[in-house]
Amino acid sequence: MRKILVLFAHPKFEHSDANQALISAVKDLENVQVRDLYELYPDFNINIQAEQEALFEHEVIIWQHPFYWYSCPPLLKQWIDLVLEHGWAYGTGGVFLKNKYIFNAFTSGGSKEIYSSLGRNRYTIEEYLRPFEQTAYLCNMRYLPPFHLAGTHRSTESDILQKANEYRELILSLRDSSEISLPYIQKP
Amino acid sequence: MDGFLFNAIVYILAAIVCVPIAKRLGMGSVLGYLIAGILVGPYGFAFIQDESQGQDIMHSTEFGVVMMLFLIGLELEPKNLWKMRDMILKVGLSQVVATSGLIFGLGLILEIDWRVSLAAALSMALSSTAIVLQSLKEKNQMDTSTGKLSFGVLLLQDIAVIPILAILPLLAIAGSELSGSGHGGFLEHQPGWIQTLMIFVAIGVVILLGRFGFGPLLNWVSKTKLRELFTASALLIVVGIAFLMELVGLSPALGTFLAGVILANSPYTHALESDLDPFKGLLLGLFFMAVGATINFDLIFSDAINVFSITFGVILIKALVLGVIGKIRKLSLPDNLRFSVGLAQVSEFSFVTYAFALQLGILTTTSSGILMAITALSMTFTPIFSLLLDKVILPSLERRNAKPKPEADRIDERNTVILVGFSHFGSTMGRFLRANGIEATVLDYDPDRVDFLRKMGFKVYFGDATRLDLLHAAGAENAKILISAIRSTETNKKLVELCQENFPHLEVMIRAKNRYEAFELMEMGVENIYREHLDTSIRMGQEALQKLGFRAHTVQRLAAQFRKYDEDSLKVLVKYRSNETEYISKIRKQIEIQETLLSGELSRKFSMNDSAWDSEQLKEETE
Repeated sequence: MRKILVLFAHPKFEHSDANQALISAVKDLENVQVRDLYELYPDFNINIQAEQEALFEHEVIIWQHPFYWYSCPPLLKQWIDLVLEHGWAYGTGGVFLKNKYIFNAFTSGGSKEIYSSLGRNRYTIEEYLRPFEQTAYLCNMRYLPPFHLAGTHRSTESDILQKANEYRELILSLRDSSEISLPYIQKP
Repeated sequence: MDGFLFNAIVYILAAIVCVPIAKRLGMGSVLGYLIAGILVGPYGFAFIQDESQGQDIMHSTEFGVVMMLFLIGLELEPKNLWKMRDMILKVGLSQVVATSGLIFGLGLILEIDWRVSLAAALSMALSSTAIVLQSLKEKNQMDTSTGKLSFGVLLLQDIAVIPILAILPLLAIAGSELSGSGHGGFLEHQPGWIQTLMIFVAIGVVILLGRFGFGPLLNWVSKTKLRELFTASALLIVVGIAFLMELVGLSPALGTFLAGVILANSPYTHALESDLDPFKGLLLGLFFMAVGATINFDLIFSDAINVFSITFGVILIKALVLGVIGKIRKLSLPDNLRFSVGLAQVSEFSFVTYAFALQLGILTTTSSGILMAITALSMTFTPIFSLLLDKVILPSLERRNAKPKPEADRIDERNTVILVGFSHFGSTMGRFLRANGIEATVLDYDPDRVDFLRKMGFKVYFGDATRLDLLHAAGAENAKILISAIRSTETNKKLVELCQENFPHLEVMIRAKNRYEAFELMEMGVENIYREHLDTSIRMGQEALQKLGFRAHTVQRLAAQFRKYDEDSLKVLVKYRSNETEYISKIRKQIEIQETLLSGELSRKFSMNDSAWDSEQLKEETE
């Protein structure tokens, strides 16, 4: 059974039905730890030691966040800046994240369709997520395909519940399957 | 003009008129009550016709002193009392012995009957617990070295009451075969060893009750949730102990003090204090008024020169003895003056001893009347002397000493920051700056604190920052920032003026007590104003909201907004301050604005003022 770490960043969680549904679908699962970053570090003063210890203990890491301005909220970026230290996460001696699985689980107000060369946003989700992918790549991690809950402004309650169920199933299979069969990107 | 209600009205009215005036004049409430007493007494407006009426009131209100000692006991823990034992014994005992010895000697020289001299000397050696403690409390000096020493002396004097009362009957026997009809209790007629035994038993009973009896009683009573019942039990404790003490011929004040000390550790300390305090205050007030009312001016004026010279002689002797003790105890001159003048009056207890001596036939009616007048006069004069001391002598002493003593330290540092005031506020900030490699030149006006902090390795300099030369010496020309962490509005304003005039380049940062002080500073053109409670109170509110389930980051943002609005509204309000009514309506308006701005956030809706990350319109337009 793998241990799973959800690094959750939402500056206004109390107003997000979609993220509330996702979090409550997974937060009580065995071997799944949710770290609510905005609750832990409201002043952006991140405890690097504690974060690195949490990373070290888990095999699958999820960046869960809303998609704001084609990226993550600022605290998650701060987290990446501070926690993934040179000599720990990458570079000489930076071996502690090697072979861990990681991916983005995110919500967006816009529908999936607008994230394409023909849509309003002109680029695909994968293209927008390149910085995350490369971050994982540099740290020798295995970057899995993203989990995307799209169109939250238009979704009905049952849509969201269904998506939350999918999220839960995904996490359960990552936790329990003997082999992770999903494709991933890793430095050769 | 008789009747209880009428008397009550007269007394209370006199107090209400006189005491506030006395306080306004800086005389303290004791003198106010005394004057009120004189006014209502037979020699004032004569609402009270004869002295015996005043004396009756005095005897019944002596109980205020008893209560006061109980309350003082409540604030003292046994541990601390034990720590004071050395001081109580040495200081107190030498005071009583030396003073009564001197007065006794003087009496003998003046060829007054030795028994009369001894009785008077012993009574006069004691100081008035009621007056001294009351004024120490009013001046907030209980914890100063003066206060502690005074308290030690008073405590021993209360203990000394026991042997003094024991000696008086012996004097009578030595004189004639007049048998005293007893001041208290059935023990009078028992042999000495039984009396002693009973005294120890009584003290033991008080200690046992205090340890094991009162706690459960108060606990049981407090469960009824009836406040008046609790007050009644508090009164029962005090009255009961006083009764027990009188039964065995001990000072009731001492007994209740003991009970108070024992109860000091109990959870009921504060409840007892707040319940008994009004009784104590009223009784003491009445007591002082009764003293005023009993001053026999006829007697005084018939023999004015003698009465006044004896009064001042006694005060002088007492003050001198106390002064020597203070000197030995290394009090500074101002402290010593406060100590020796403060305790120079004759105790209210002397009313009791004189009355007792009169019964025993040691004193004649006239001499006891004169002695009582001396006591009352000394009680009247010492507050006046204290007043003179505080208002005239000490300030001039300080001025005279201003050159040699509070010579500001030579400052050999040149820092970019000058920090004025190193109390809790200043020291916290000083530590923070220092932790980040910024050393400040620190000025403080409290020599004790400067000494202490020096010992702790802080570079703190003694001096008054509102003196231009000191600011020069501290390097104000070259410094960038001057931080004032002092509390006093007046000092801060002086400091600001001084800096604006002489060091215009200096960035001035000022601690302000509240909104109103901030207004005054704003009007002076100060830009960096820090209201001392603002950040802490908001932070406390923040954590309260978090404990109620608000999200931490949301609370963080709300707090930042709230603070900004609060500071912004201050800038608007300051313009309307001169116009009172407009000011009030403006405050209302500002509060309204604050509420509307913030309430949207509080009710789980996206509000007009916060469309961060998401907004209703954005949602509408989403594809």
